[in-house]
Amino acid sequence: MTLDLQTAARPKPAPARPPRGAWRNRLDAKASPYLYISPFYLLFLAFGLFPLGYTFWVSLHHWDILGNNHYTGLRNYQLLLTDPDFWNAVTNTVAMFVIATVPQLLGAMFLANALNRKLRAQTLFRMGVLAPMVTSVAAVGIVFSQLFGRDYGLINWLLHFAGVHNIDWQAHQWSQWTAISTMVDWRWTGYNTLIFLAGMQAIPRDLYEAAAIDGASRRVQFWRITVPSLRPTIIFTSIVSTIGGLQLFTEPLMFNQNLMQGGSLRQGQTVAMYMYESAFQRFQYGYGSAVAWMLFLLIIIIALINYLITRRLAGGRI
Amino acid sequence: MTVLSRRTVTRTVERSARLWEASPLTYITLIFAIVLSAFPLYWMLVIASRTNQDVGSIPPPLVLGQHLFENIGRVFGNQNAHFAKALVNSAIASSVVAISVVFFSSLAGFAFAKLRFRGRNALLLIIVATMMVPVQMGIIPLYMLMVKIHWTGQLQAVIVPFLVTGFGVFMMRQYAEQAIPDELIEAARVDGASTFRIFWSVVFPALRPAAAVLALFQFMQTWNEFMWNFAVLTPDNPTVQYALAQLNGTYYADYSMVFSGTAIATVPLLVVFIVFGRQIIGGIMEGAIKA
Repeated sequence: MTLDLQTAARPKPAPARPPRGAWRNRLDAKASPYLYISPFYLLFLAFGLFPLGYTFWVSLHHWDILGNNHYTGLRNYQLLLTDPDFWNAVTNTVAMFVIATVPQLLGAMFLANALNRKLRAQTLFRMGVLAPMVTSVAAVGIVFSQLFGRDYGLINWLLHFAGVHNIDWQAHQWSQWTAISTMVDWRWTGYNTLIFLAGMQAIPRDLYEAAAIDGASRRVQFWRITVPSLRPTIIFTSIVSTIGGLQLFTEPLMFNQNLMQGGSLRQGQTVAMYMYESAFQRFQYGYGSAVAWMLFLLIIIIALINYLITRRLAGGRI
Repeated sequence: MTVLSRRTVTRTVERSARLWEASPLTYITLIFAIVLSAFPLYWMLVIASRTNQDVGSIPPPLVLGQHLFENIGRVFGNQNAHFAKALVNSAIASSVVAISVVFFSSLAGFAFAKLRFRGRNALLLIIVATMMVPVQMGIIPLYMLMVKIHWTGQLQAVIVPFLVTGFGVFMMRQYAEQAIPDELIEAARVDGASTFRIFWSVVFPALRPAAAVLALFQFMQTWNEFMWNFAVLTPDNPTVQYALAQLNGTYYADYSMVFSGTAIATVPLLVVFIVFGRQIIGGIMEGAIKA
């Protein structure tokens, strides 16, 4: 809109083109923008929007691998709400999400604060914290599964110095939560650190100088100036982490050696894994689609809760 | 009185300069963070260069061994992993997706930033909204669609749906908005250039810094893609992450082989990251400020 006003104020250039190509020029000016943006919409329509809408349609059916189907209404959702395996997956997903996200964002903020100083070898430090993000999820899963190994894992070896006997990290729910959250944190803390750092660099420095003159310590400055000013960034990172964190799939799958159940007692199965298991291993497309929509709902609910919490937390300090 | 106030001023200036000095504690914290970041990558190389006897010993080996090439040979020699094919497939898919995303996103970003047309703002809003939608949600019908058009097990199934992304369009639009002066486009128009000609000769060269960052991101993302590939491809025609998962699922006791496969799949990305790290960091931080 502002662009229109600007060009209207500027004198129009004289028509320098021969009149013969005029219609072609007009067509070029009118059609080109739509032509240029159309690839995204076409692709999204075919491979994004259609599958999403169709997922809902399929979820209202009993639908098998051969395409045999009949309409069952909301029956899949009804079954899902009383399915203990589904609720187990929801518990695992939410638990891993909370255990992973809270320390991750706090750690990222802390590290960003350290990076937001006059530093030697600044780029080196920034690259150092970001390196894990380059590593693929599959690689992370494989390396950490070995580190968390029961008999020869480095972590159990380190723990034995503290008198802890070998832990079978795959065997229990709490230990799977811990191991998988560790992988997520390792991979994503550095990325969030840079996002926070960018936010911190946009805070005017005289705010800190004024606070320092008033005798505020660094700790007080951090909580009274940095955190409240970062509010939009905190909301952004927590929403992005919610969308990513609740779709957790590859890490738990690798940790359980491709076992889609996430362990013999489903102790590490997430909702995304349950969706995959229903659709691609039990070939219940309808039921799997219902799981997909419940996951979507879960993401929206938790993103909203998150938004309310972070808004209050970050805003309440000032 | 004047003496006193001057001293206060100097002290204030000193103090505000000191405010941003990094203390030794800051350095210790950061070095500790980097060690934590780097260790699993280092560990990957340690195991990849050891024998399985070494891996199963207590205390665990902490320095590199001498069996790296032997282990790599075992990965490529493994009949079930199809590792060489996986590397080629991933290289093709990642390159094609990166080039295509950069081209179509630049084109659309240019249109959104610099051309005037009806419904521009609403259409841009749709793109931002699609960035919020979790892609995994649609994989069941997407898979059914692939079955229908006989694309399951084929490489194009992991390429075509991702040829242009909402994120790419949005990123290029943000960059084009501030990097290209309107006068430049007007001048080219007066010279009689068509819109596409303007894009190709004037706009695209100016977008190059952002295009490079987008290409890097997209390459890495496609290289690391897992869930959809796992669903739609088959073990005998995998991408590299799929092949890793196969190895890990089947030969998880053979750590030195699985880890050397993991290292081969990771090292190219680390090299790209070391060469272009500055640009990647810049890309993330600039995007963050605007978001």
